Amino acid sequence: MKSRLTFSRGDLVVALAPIVAILLALVAGGVLLLMLGADPIQAYGTMIDGAFGSQAALLRTLTRATPLLIIAVGICIAFRAGVINIGAEGQVFVGAITAVSFSLGLGATLPAILLAPLTLLAGFLAGAFWGAIPGYLKARFDVNEILSTVMMNEIAVQLLLYLLSGPLIDPAQVAAGSRIPQSAQIPEASWLARLAPPSQVHVGLFIGLAMAVVVYLLLWRTTIGYRIRAVGQNKNASRYAGISVPRYLMLALVLSGGLAGLAGAVELQGINHRVVEGFAVGYGFSGIVVALFGRLHPLGAIPSAFLFGALLVGADKMQRTMQVPSATVTALQGLIVIFVVSSDIFVRRYNARRTARAVKAAPPPAEVNQPAPEGVV
Amino acid sequence: MNFGDVLAQALPLTILFATPYLFAALGEVFVQRSGVLNLGVEGMMLMGAFTAIYAVSSKGMGADPVVGLLIAAGVGGLMGLAMAFVSVTLQAEQGISGIGFTLFGLGLSSLLFKLLAGGVITAQGFQPIHIPFLSDIPVIGKILFQQNILVYLAFALVPILMWVLNRTKWGLQIRAVGQNPAAADSMGVNVALVRYATVIFGGIMAGIAGASLSIAATPIFQENMTEGRGFIAVALVYFGGWSPFRVMLGALLFSIANNLQIWAQILNVEIAGSTIPPNLLIMVPYILTIAVLVFTRQRKQNEPAALTKPFQRGEN
Amino acid sequence: MKKVLLVVMLLALLSVGIVSAQDKPFKVAVVMPSSTTDLAWSQSIYDALVTIQTEMGGEEAMEIAYTENMFDVTAAAQALRDYAEEGYDLVIAHGTQYGTSLFELASDYPDTSFAWGTAEDTGEDEGLTNIFAYQADAEQGGYVNGVMAAMFSETGTIGIVGPVPAGDALLYINGFIQGVNATNPDADVLLAYTGGFGDTAAAAEVAQTQIAAGADVLTGSAQQVVGAIEAVKAVDGFWFGTQSDQSLNWSENVVASQVYDWVPTLEDMIANIQYGELGGTAYTLTLENGGLTFAYGEVEVPDEIKDAAQAAIDSIIAGDIVVRQSLVEEATPEATVAS
Repeated sequence: MKSRLTFSRGDLVVALAPIVAILLALVAGGVLLLMLGADPIQAYGTMIDGAFGSQAALLRTLTRATPLLIIAVGICIAFRAGVINIGAEGQVFVGAITAVSFSLGLGATLPAILLAPLTLLAGFLAGAFWGAIPGYLKARFDVNEILSTVMMNEIAVQLLLYLLSGPLIDPAQVAAGSRIPQSAQIPEASWLARLAPPSQVHVGLFIGLAMAVVVYLLLWRTTIGYRIRAVGQNKNASRYAGISVPRYLMLALVLSGGLAGLAGAVELQGINHRVVEGFAVGYGFSGIVVALFGRLHPLGAIPSAFLFGALLVGADKMQRTMQVPSATVTALQGLIVIFVVSSDIFVRRYNARRTARAVKAAPPPAEVNQPAPEGVV
Repeated sequence: MNFGDVLAQALPLTILFATPYLFAALGEVFVQRSGVLNLGVEGMMLMGAFTAIYAVSSKGMGADPVVGLLIAAGVGGLMGLAMAFVSVTLQAEQGISGIGFTLFGLGLSSLLFKLLAGGVITAQGFQPIHIPFLSDIPVIGKILFQQNILVYLAFALVPILMWVLNRTKWGLQIRAVGQNPAAADSMGVNVALVRYATVIFGGIMAGIAGASLSIAATPIFQENMTEGRGFIAVALVYFGGWSPFRVMLGALLFSIANNLQIWAQILNVEIAGSTIPPNLLIMVPYILTIAVLVFTRQRKQNEPAALTKPFQRGEN
Repeated sequence: MKKVLLVVMLLALLSVGIVSAQDKPFKVAVVMPSSTTDLAWSQSIYDALVTIQTEMGGEEAMEIAYTENMFDVTAAAQALRDYAEEGYDLVIAHGTQYGTSLFELASDYPDTSFAWGTAEDTGEDEGLTNIFAYQADAEQGGYVNGVMAAMFSETGTIGIVGPVPAGDALLYINGFIQGVNATNPDADVLLAYTGGFGDTAAAAEVAQTQIAAGADVLTGSAQQVVGAIEAVKAVDGFWFGTQSDQSLNWSENVVASQVYDWVPTLEDMIANIQYGELGGTAYTLTLENGGLTFAYGEVEVPDEIKDAAQAAIDSIIAGDIVVRQSLVEEATPEATVAS
């Protein structure tokens, strides 16, 4: 009985730290809400209700979590290799814009059954290419990836706007004269099936879950994955062990970018069926946050994406119901990110103490010590 | 107009609009040299930008621009203090906490804007100062000596900060803490204190950078008006290889490329008989920054080895 | 068609009385890409709704719910569905980018009325009867602003601060350039885009660059222009605005603003809904139907310029001047400037 108690206390610290952190962030955010003359209790009530309160609400949360999960899984690969990929934002755009061109261009000639998977592949490859550029620059010229990915994001935004207002603009917009910057709708064969209409949640959710598992296996069950992580842990040691460090740095960015590109294609094919101005804005940065909340573990990204999706959906609902400016929600998200990331120290300290104390029972390696993904669905 | 004429017109604006990048990036140089990555610069700039204009505007406190500047610096410093607490004391992952501060600053500045200003807010900010005699020099005078006080301050800080970093005991401590915190610690340097100081300084500089946008370059505030400048500033630190002087060169390069692409748009510059789509021209500064780095090779000798690594005594 | 519209508008005016006489408030929800204080596209619809609310007798007669800064289209889709679910009488999607989701939604909620702009497709081809579409012929007011700007400029150099060469901004800019060229063919038009919508500092830098290149009169579009107007103010130049009335804050520099007045359009939609018509009408703000109006600041406008502006307005209404949406002639075959 006693040993069970101590065991569960450990899990409790790991599980409770972020929850307590979120509560503290909400208390801090409550001050903002009071400033606005809104009742914080009521506001948070609508937030929780908006994210979890009904089946429709849960499905909304899953819809928003889907692209974030895929991006976050990719971010895990990069960060595990010690590459800080800030460029997911741009990689998502390039993935989506390539997927839309592919689907529109070859939709008529390809067999319908192949169109959706090949469009996804096109998105993945484009994102991988956009990731390969900073990857190559880092591997070949030692150009810092934070610099190059920040710049590549801005370049992607302008590329997207250029394509949407020119070469890829919906012919209907040109005919109508209104010239709104958006692409034509992709053929129905390339759409991803909806799981529970009228909700927008779609097959992409399973793609995300599958990617999480695949990347987990890649990182922890293959030589390639081992080397990627080795490079991230210690470049010099890896070099002495005969690992081609530049090659694996580049590979990590290519895979990371590829998954971000895939997320762009998934969002395109699952939800909107065309690329519009404002498509997936901010997803790249949210994906980074999701990955880090999930402790840079692909399986950890699953509950993390779900929670972050819930935060987005609940916050939107709060904005609607309480009619507080959307800025409140942004500030609140910032507070939650800061508080949760700060709470990590308690988990680390606990783990350190346990490692120090437990001699007989070998402690699980840090990466296995993940919140179980049972919170999903 | 020939290229010389364009350049004579472009350079004053280049210097004016390089200033926000310069302030923020100089602060970030110190933060990173002590081993901390602050990705919250964007949010700190936004808070600085709003509080500065609110202090100065007749809609707000109607204070002198200097007061606005000090308030922006103070608010930036406070956010820096919070960031230092999170990243140094609580040893939180720095990239993510920085993104948290960016979100928080974006949200809070927009919220305050809505609550306190309720719409457009303008102010009588810092005016250009014509330096006697020097400002009368043809061409050069307009470029260098008819700027506002914050421009002079930013560029004056470059040699001062270089001196602090390379020639003073403080600078030595900062560099030691960024290179090898355990060794610095064993030599009696208070690692946490040094990092607190640099991160707060970085926050102050980001706040001033925001003020240099909202009460100097263009006296106005709009939600999310920095539009990624904070991230560009962080990127420029890498461009400059953690050297204040090279960071200044980076800010100037980026800024002049941006101004020249505006000129290319308004003059309808043609390449091979056709004009270039504006969105492609707007990419130029970003592409150029990467390209220059590829061709000049990044200088790594200043790279802080302990960057992003929290320090805890007895761990290393 | 135009007569029908007029009749409908008269009905709309009558219906305002009918609506306010009912006990249950009329519930309107709007989802917009920017903020209610952007001094541009989003503010134009919000201001109109508030005006109607006041006319109808406050919150007891009409409820307004809004969701702002919905640049993420997936989030916007969820907001729109939520409003439909909650039983709003009219759900407005204030951005073309929301269209795909809106069409899905309209078939799921056939008893709710939806409005969508910038658009002219009411979904009739897909069998939908509960969508109103609305748009603004921004090029018409752009032309009139262009006429005035060409006469106002002493240097003959005019700057345009654009966001992205597309959509409403492009229509306005194209109309503006036609107006300038028709009035002063020798004028230099300096056009540059910032590549975004909200970057005030970028807009200021573009404006200052144009001023350095000799521009004394400027115009521009999107929420970022406040930065450009400040740059104009610093040199005592002149500005022509669009979308919302920008002279309120810069009365000494903003000569005139083309204002999108959505009030008649929205009143007409509400009247239609009251009579059981949930959609099917496409509205266009034009000079002729009074949806595009001009607001003047405190800048002294010489009579000859006022007369020229009025003449341009009259000619556009009469059809003597056809303002093209594109500067490339072949895009619209009938396009000729017959002034």
